Amino acid sequence: MPALETELKRVTPAAALRGAEPPASSSKTETILATRRLNAWFGRARVLRNVSLDFYDRLVTAVIGPSGCGKSTLLRCLNRMHETVPGAITEGDVMLEDASIYHGNFNAIAVRRHIGMVFQRPTPFPTMSIRDNVAAGLRIRIGRGPSKSETDEIVQGALDRAGLWGEVKDRLGEHALGLSGGQQQRLCIARALATRPRVILLDEPTASLDPLSTQTIEELVYELRQSIAVIIVTHNMQQAARVSDRTAFMLAGEMIEVAPTTTLFTNPRDSRTESYVTGRFG
Amino acid sequence: MTEAAAHLSGNSATDSRSARSFVTSARGDRVFDILITAFAASIPVLLVIIAISIGLAAWPALSRSGLSFLTESTWDVAAGKFGAAPAIYGTVVSSALALIIATPLALGVSIFLSEIAPKWLRQPVGFLVDLLAAIPSVVYGLWGIFVLIPLLRDPVGPFLRDTLKLGATPLFSGPNYGYSMLAAGLILAIMILPFISAVTREVLLAVPQSQRDAALALGATRWEMIRDAVIPYARSGIIGGIILGLGRALGETMAVTMLIGNRPEIASSLFAPGYTMASLIANEFTEATSDAHLSALMAVGAVLFAVTLIVNALARWLVWRVTRGSR
Amino acid sequence: MSRRSRHARSNVMMGMTYIAAIVATLPLLFIIFHLLRQGAAYLRPGFFTDMPNPVGETGGGMANAIVGTLILIGTASLLGLPVGVGAGLYLADKRGSLLATVVRFLSDVLNGLPSIVLGIFAWEFLVRPFGGFSALAGGMALGAMMIPLVTRTTEEMIRLVPVSLREAALALGYTRWRTSVSVVLRTALPGIVTGALLALARIAGETAPLLFTALGNQFWSTSLREPIAALPLQIFTYAISPYESAHALAWAGALVLILIVLIISLVARYATRGRYAGTGD
Repeated sequence: MPALETELKRVTPAAALRGAEPPASSSKTETILATRRLNAWFGRARVLRNVSLDFYDRLVTAVIGPSGCGKSTLLRCLNRMHETVPGAITEGDVMLEDASIYHGNFNAIAVRRHIGMVFQRPTPFPTMSIRDNVAAGLRIRIGRGPSKSETDEIVQGALDRAGLWGEVKDRLGEHALGLSGGQQQRLCIARALATRPRVILLDEPTASLDPLSTQTIEELVYELRQSIAVIIVTHNMQQAARVSDRTAFMLAGEMIEVAPTTTLFTNPRDSRTESYVTGRFG
Repeated sequence: MTEAAAHLSGNSATDSRSARSFVTSARGDRVFDILITAFAASIPVLLVIIAISIGLAAWPALSRSGLSFLTESTWDVAAGKFGAAPAIYGTVVSSALALIIATPLALGVSIFLSEIAPKWLRQPVGFLVDLLAAIPSVVYGLWGIFVLIPLLRDPVGPFLRDTLKLGATPLFSGPNYGYSMLAAGLILAIMILPFISAVTREVLLAVPQSQRDAALALGATRWEMIRDAVIPYARSGIIGGIILGLGRALGETMAVTMLIGNRPEIASSLFAPGYTMASLIANEFTEATSDAHLSALMAVGAVLFAVTLIVNALARWLVWRVTRGSR
Repeated sequence: MSRRSRHARSNVMMGMTYIAAIVATLPLLFIIFHLLRQGAAYLRPGFFTDMPNPVGETGGGMANAIVGTLILIGTASLLGLPVGVGAGLYLADKRGSLLATVVRFLSDVLNGLPSIVLGIFAWEFLVRPFGGFSALAGGMALGAMMIPLVTRTTEEMIRLVPVSLREAALALGYTRWRTSVSVVLRTALPGIVTGALLALARIAGETAPLLFTALGNQFWSTSLREPIAALPLQIFTYAISPYESAHALAWAGALVLILIVLIISLVARYATRGRYAGTGD
């Protein structure tokens, strides 16, 4: 697999940082999100089988696998979006730090405010300006929301983290739809970041973007890992190799293998993983 | 307990606000659901109320005369006799006349628009035909009084009676004052044309291209393809459209009142004036002094309500059947 | 049948459809022609500002009728808009449920009811018990007519909003009702407004439901509890009057009515288009 090795040897920020910092097993990395024997169904079709997986803080974890392996469903279970589909069932648990998402005494709304999500196609709210889009998640809190100046600060901070501030700072009042595809996706990332989540979930975020925008977003993901846990689902193995610190491979609803990215791609333990990453199927 | 866990569990004292917010959100959802369900349910409720209130008001007249209300042909307010037959007859005849005239025209236009017209003609012509539906009934009546009726008096009437010698037939016998069943039928035809045409156009367009191709591949001419492949496929939808037009014709009030002469008599001639159920109500409702009169009018309204209900339900069901299958 | 005569027959039939198309568009052209000719002949600024003159006299205007129509359709929207939008929201949300199917069907039935039947119903409920004709009764009858129109367009517009928008809002932590209102409804709003305005244009021309509810009024009145003049009612009264002067007014009134309907329709289509597509503010 010469292509992948070349990818990994490229000097990417993730690789460079890996070189400069202690290895992943140091005490710096703690588990922020963990699934415990997670199962999911769409009606009678079982989509996830006993998935138990840990995600570490301030790390980018990629989830890869062939179409239909359940990676998107896994992601959607992490912030309780799976259950918004009629007929969807979940069993098992997901722990955000020490607290259970499914069996604690709080509801899905609260979970989603702590775990942000960005989808495959950019979905800015078409009737809102750029500024209002980013602030959309802020205004929904019960009781007093942030003041106007607080909101402006948060909006600027989020757009900055999403790498969009420079491009839009002079046109915050314009319609969000006036932005290009890549900019819209970064806007959605800013919108998700504005609520200061602990984890951000990215479901094939570059699937509908051109290569240049894809690269911009991949670079953004590197930046983000300094402050937040990122879980990215992608069907593009090269992207997973470029972007992530750890990679999990799924097949037919099961978690087959999870390992530091380099290890998974160069020295996988499971033969099925090897078949997938060497391109024999998927 | 970590910060996130504290937020999520809503147990800590500092987070009583978040705990409350969870309850509120569930309540908000429930209130919203109840609200929109109530609005939606108000439609069936409204219909039931309409049916019951008209039925109750009509009951005295109906119970007094029974079914003969529908067959008794004397409607004499002064004498207190209320037979609805002339009105029912007029409704049926004017609507039938309208259908006879409008259906071939509407079919022709629809076939023209969906199969034959060059692309650049479709939009404008379709738009013009649809525009007919936007003209208020009273404007049709106005135009009818000052344009159509003079036309019928002369030259159309004499043409039909003398030139075509139709005056010998019962349908065109008797004097022609213009205000007549014929006038009402004609204006109704113009008014229902866009409805039949719109539905027919929709079902014709729903016919899959493969049907047309198959016919053409077998060597059919353009017309044969339309006649043998397209129309049969869309047949029940077309019938639905026709019945829909019928439904509109049955209930049409203003234009008919202004053109039909408002005479509660059954006559065989189309040149004679007549009455329809809707125009009867429109004419006499505000003048009704006695309870019996009012109740009789309500009874006519009840009959009209029931008839249009059935006809429209039938029409919608037929159209739904065809367009559902091909979407 | 020989191939040649089959082709000939085909051409004849196609020609007939051309003729049908011409015949079908003729009445419209005639009506427009007469409206313009007769109506414009009498139309002068005074038409919009003057009150009707005593019967038989020339001159006068339909100021009270024009205002009356506006008041009536405004009152109608008080009933038609909330119920229509609410029902549309319900139908879009719970598409397959039993109540949704029933409501959709009955809404179509309500749509097909003769407008005079709705007039009778409004009379029964709002005129008889209170002993007098009123603008409110007329407005309610018209409002009932609006409901199915607004319901249908609202449902269609809401269904056009992509599911992904709803998901994006939910993923941000929006509650379901907030998503429906602040995101979905707001996005569909231009289309819903268009549908509402078109419904208003339609009921502005209705006469039958007003015959024994609003009744009509020779004098100036804007009260909801009194009879009120309306443009279609006036046209009707003048059209069947024996006086020539009244006929002229009827034509002018008809022209104005058509113009009002046209203006509302154009506003509906044009004004709501600009909202969305702009990049500037």
